[in-house]
Amino acid sequence: MNHAAIQIRDLCYSYDDISVLTDVHLDIFPEDSATIVGPNGGGKTTLVKLILGLVSPDKGTVRVYGNPPEQERIRIGYVPQYARYDAQFPISVFEVVCMGRLGNSLSGRYTAHDKELALASLDAVNLADLSQRPFAALSGGQRQRVLIARALAAQGDILILDEPTASLDQQAEQQLFTLLSELNKKMIILMVTHEIGVSPTFFQRIICVNNRVHLHPTSELTGALLRDMYGSDLRMIRHDHRCSTEGHKYD
Amino acid sequence: MTELWNALLAPDLPFLRYALITGLLASIAFGVIGTFVVVRRISYIAGAISHCVLAGIGGGLYLQNVVGISWITPVRGAVLVALLAALLLAQVSKNGDQREDSIIGALWAGGMSIGFLFIAVTPGYFDPMSYLFGNILLISKEDIYFVIALDGVILFVVGIFYNKLVALCFDEEYTQLRGVHTHWLYLLLLCLTALTIVLLVRIVGIIMVIALLTLPAAIAGHTASGIRQMMLFATLFSALFIITGLGVSFSFDLPSGSVIILLAAACYLFSLVFKGKRSRN
Repeated sequence: MNHAAIQIRDLCYSYDDISVLTDVHLDIFPEDSATIVGPNGGGKTTLVKLILGLVSPDKGTVRVYGNPPEQERIRIGYVPQYARYDAQFPISVFEVVCMGRLGNSLSGRYTAHDKELALASLDAVNLADLSQRPFAALSGGQRQRVLIARALAAQGDILILDEPTASLDQQAEQQLFTLLSELNKKMIILMVTHEIGVSPTFFQRIICVNNRVHLHPTSELTGALLRDMYGSDLRMIRHDHRCSTEGHKYD
Repeated sequence: MTELWNALLAPDLPFLRYALITGLLASIAFGVIGTFVVVRRISYIAGAISHCVLAGIGGGLYLQNVVGISWITPVRGAVLVALLAALLLAQVSKNGDQREDSIIGALWAGGMSIGFLFIAVTPGYFDPMSYLFGNILLISKEDIYFVIALDGVILFVVGIFYNKLVALCFDEEYTQLRGVHTHWLYLLLLCLTALTIVLLVRIVGIIMVIALLTLPAAIAGHTASGIRQMMLFATLFSALFIITGLGVSFSFDLPSGSVIILLAAACYLFSLVFKGKRSRN
């Protein structure tokens, strides 16, 4: 019996005739945490879109809690990159975070409970005092944290973040990772990043995406693996990596 | 000014009263829908729908006068074609892989061509200028009821789905991921836009519709802190432009649509300059 929360089997995906992902086989289990790394154009974002059900595979299957992703996507909190937002859109920080509660009723009206959750989520990213500010007036890093709060307000079982650290300073990044490790006690965390060197210590696994997908425990990150993934020698910036004593936990 | 008052009150000149009442009531529709069109950045889609309206008007004239189907009036033809265009454009946006701007261009010019052809083969003289540039003489008592009904529908739908519509405009992908059927919601928004456009065509004409739909909302967007406030300001601006424009056009015997649009455009430019100054300081 497979208890995977996210299960991908024999998946292929291509844009027009260009193959983006080939023969992907991936299991993500409850309480997993993983960074999704790989070069630009390697298929990281496509993999995320497949898990969210925003695109359908050409071949193979994606299952989230045993069902097609469209049916379970309400259980996934998603943090897109902040840069794609219209800087002139007149909306307050609080209203943006409330969007995480959409879809819980037909009309989309927010209940008192929804608003409480939105405020609590803003508090979790240390932005509660900015809740009535216009979203557009915030800095890039603050906007990114608002989007994280929005995903938290949705209270899903899986949290997927697309390059959340791109515009965060060192301190905000540390706060984010502290928050993520706390959240990881009750939800799955998947984080797309291209900064493999700053992969924080709490991530249990690395999902390497470059057309093909490989899973490694964080302890296995070596020069040979990087060369394999990026196709050339790279100098690895070593941070304080905790070596997992468990190795490939789910093999 | 007294001349204008006398004209408004004169029992044998109902058209000016009708135009004013229709314009004021329509400002609600323009303000609310215009705000969505501006923040969602679909003014070119609104433009394509408005130009397609001529196909409906021409088709209506032809079917009524040549084929003899009496219940198809130009207005009903316009409503039908505007809704069809909205349906098509929503479908194009859903599929996503076509070049949306090419299809907008095709609809824009194709709709107008069909309209002109129908008008050309319909015997009798119909002045396309009235439809293209608007003619307040065309506004009848029936239009007032139409506007009241449309305002009612728009306020009702937007009142219920406000949060979802705002989310759709802000971040469609995320809204879809929250389990909202964004395709249907977008279609609903485009249909409301289409109906508002048909209404607007009566007042300022096909060519200038985009301006009156978007300029008041764009000006409002420079000061508003939220979508509700933007809708309110846009409604007020729209009413102001229509009243002043109708007054000026009547007093100086100028085409009303052009005067209204010029007023709106001048205020928009002014607000841009003002905003630019303020953000530099």
